[in-house]
Amino acid sequence: MLPNVKTMTPIIISAYTLVTANGRGVGPILQALRERRSGLTPCDFEDVALKTYIGRVAGLEDFSLDQDIQRFDCRNNRLAWLGLQQDGFMVAVAEAKQRYGAHRIAVLMGTSTSGILETEHAYRARDPQTDTLPVGYTSRYRYTHNMFSLGHFVRTCLGIHGPAMVISTACSSSAKVFATASRLMHAGLCDAAIVGGVDSLCLTTLYGFAALQLLSSDPCRPCDEDRDGLSLGEAAGYALLESSERVNKYGAVALLGYGESSDGYHMSHPHPEGAGAICAIRDSLSRAGLRPQDIEYVNLHGTATRANDLVEDKAIYSVFGARPACSSTKGWTGHTLGAAGVTEAIICALCLTHGLIPGTLNCQRVDSSLKSRILRENQSGSISYVLSNIFGFGGNNCSLVLGKL
Amino acid sequence: MKVAICGIGLLAAGLVGWETSRPILAGRQPYQPEGVPDPEAVLLPPNERRRSSDCVRWAVQVAQEAIAQSGLDPRQVPTVFASSGGEMGVFDKLCRTLATPERLVSPTLFHQSVHNTAAGYWGIATKGQQSSTALSCYDDSFVAGLLEAVTVVWVEQSPVLLVAYDLPVPAPLYEARPIAAGFAVAFVLDLPSEDSSIVLQVRLEATCVEETVCLKDLGLDRVRQGNPAARSLPLLSAIARGGGRTVRLNMLDSQQCILDLESCHI
Repeated sequence: MLPNVKTMTPIIISAYTLVTANGRGVGPILQALRERRSGLTPCDFEDVALKTYIGRVAGLEDFSLDQDIQRFDCRNNRLAWLGLQQDGFMVAVAEAKQRYGAHRIAVLMGTSTSGILETEHAYRARDPQTDTLPVGYTSRYRYTHNMFSLGHFVRTCLGIHGPAMVISTACSSSAKVFATASRLMHAGLCDAAIVGGVDSLCLTTLYGFAALQLLSSDPCRPCDEDRDGLSLGEAAGYALLESSERVNKYGAVALLGYGESSDGYHMSHPHPEGAGAICAIRDSLSRAGLRPQDIEYVNLHGTATRANDLVEDKAIYSVFGARPACSSTKGWTGHTLGAAGVTEAIICALCLTHGLIPGTLNCQRVDSSLKSRILRENQSGSISYVLSNIFGFGGNNCSLVLGKL
Repeated sequence: MKVAICGIGLLAAGLVGWETSRPILAGRQPYQPEGVPDPEAVLLPPNERRRSSDCVRWAVQVAQEAIAQSGLDPRQVPTVFASSGGEMGVFDKLCRTLATPERLVSPTLFHQSVHNTAAGYWGIATKGQQSSTALSCYDDSFVAGLLEAVTVVWVEQSPVLLVAYDLPVPAPLYEARPIAAGFAVAFVLDLPSEDSSIVLQVRLEATCVEETVCLKDLGLDRVRQGNPAARSLPLLSAIARGGGRTVRLNMLDSQQCILDLESCHI
């Protein structure tokens, strides 16, 4: 939507990791994608009595954070911690610290609800006479529920001293961190960036989406003619971003473009013609210096709500026609909200690296009103350029173009 | 990185609007924190205003003030909204509801709980389709927002609207985050031109100093310490005093954002 979008210098994704309901690290999610095995199970979160499926990460109740980081202990930061332990990500960060120095690396994280579950619990434990919250909670609000808690936690765990912030634009949060990282690096405020997203299950989103009548009672069925809503999931994902001028990584996966826009239409309904989405997609292509026909795979936002999939299809079709293969991977992970951007960026990186295009899981019959080429079955074969869409509440849109250098 | 400041909006007790507040911030008039503002935020459509939170109305009020000064069409201006805690009043209502056996969450309250609620309402009010970011950096949310905004100006070669706000936190959540008075500030930033009256050079340094009193007026300094968005007061005060000045704002415990005001004749 910006008037003069210029081509950007590609940014190398030199390390990445992901924890979802499908397992810890990129190995399990890649295997699940290949075997078409969903991570969604009937909701058994706390005492929630909603008939829905969730993509829950196993084991988060079975440990607490170590003494030195105990103040951060909550479901969201446990998930964040679990993410940091996978795929040698901490080693890659340590090497980057050697290369650039701890002050020259930014930490940019996305989340939608942070550790709000702690506040939900604290409100249930209020003193009935005074209405006060437990003392043990109030001193830890800063380290658990506050929106910056996740950024504070990650930079503390990694010993990073560069600029840090948490971007929270609902579902688009951890897609937008890639754009912010690109700008900070371009402006010389850092040499590298750790970007990521962590969002965990909580009552606010489960009952909130139920109130909006957007939760499916079955595992979500993106693009299916009978789709009836989304399934919530939780995830932690991280990527280490470095300048392509500093590291020579022939064949590496890179961020080639990003596009950000707003709908300016409604807080929770997408613009009927997908106007904002189209702006984000076009800008991401312009920054990547690519034409629509260069994109071989589109990882859809594809939440499986009636409105999202219909409007996203209009936007995709108006930019690309019916040429690129399109699919949603929410049937594997559920909608991981503020972590969806990084979850799907990493899935795209895996697709580029392993020559895999996942077909939309749980889509039995593609909605005949959708005009894009919705893939139902997996395909294999080398691909070079992919686009990932993420749209969020407040009409907040972000598209990323990833490719192999 | 140099940017021009082409519009400022301000709202707090005793600081109602930028033009009215300038003599106070310049030290020419005493600061008297009287009355709690109740902004109209006239840009919001009436039905949206009726159900909007204080955060939304305060943010929209300062945003429209800054945009009006800039003379820019808000639809052409990307936005950055910075807030430490976001919709704390909405969280209070949601968590009360979730503590009841029925857990009957209002769908409106739920979509108003996101950190980008004010950003979203601004977009709806202006029908803007530009990029919009909402972020937090706890007490340093203003300076984090400033960094994001300045890099958007610099890298995307575009004007930007930066809004920082935090509203009083209701009990019992107040015990966890004791913010007693609201503060909202907005800047429209753009690439400097010959006509720019305020130019800001922005850089980061890997140093950090213990924060002490920053503002001569102790009442104003208490405002600064009591609200993350009010960490912008040293910059506002420097602009109001005019001339070349340097403002240093801590960015977390490891960096400082150095703001050199290069010219300031308004």
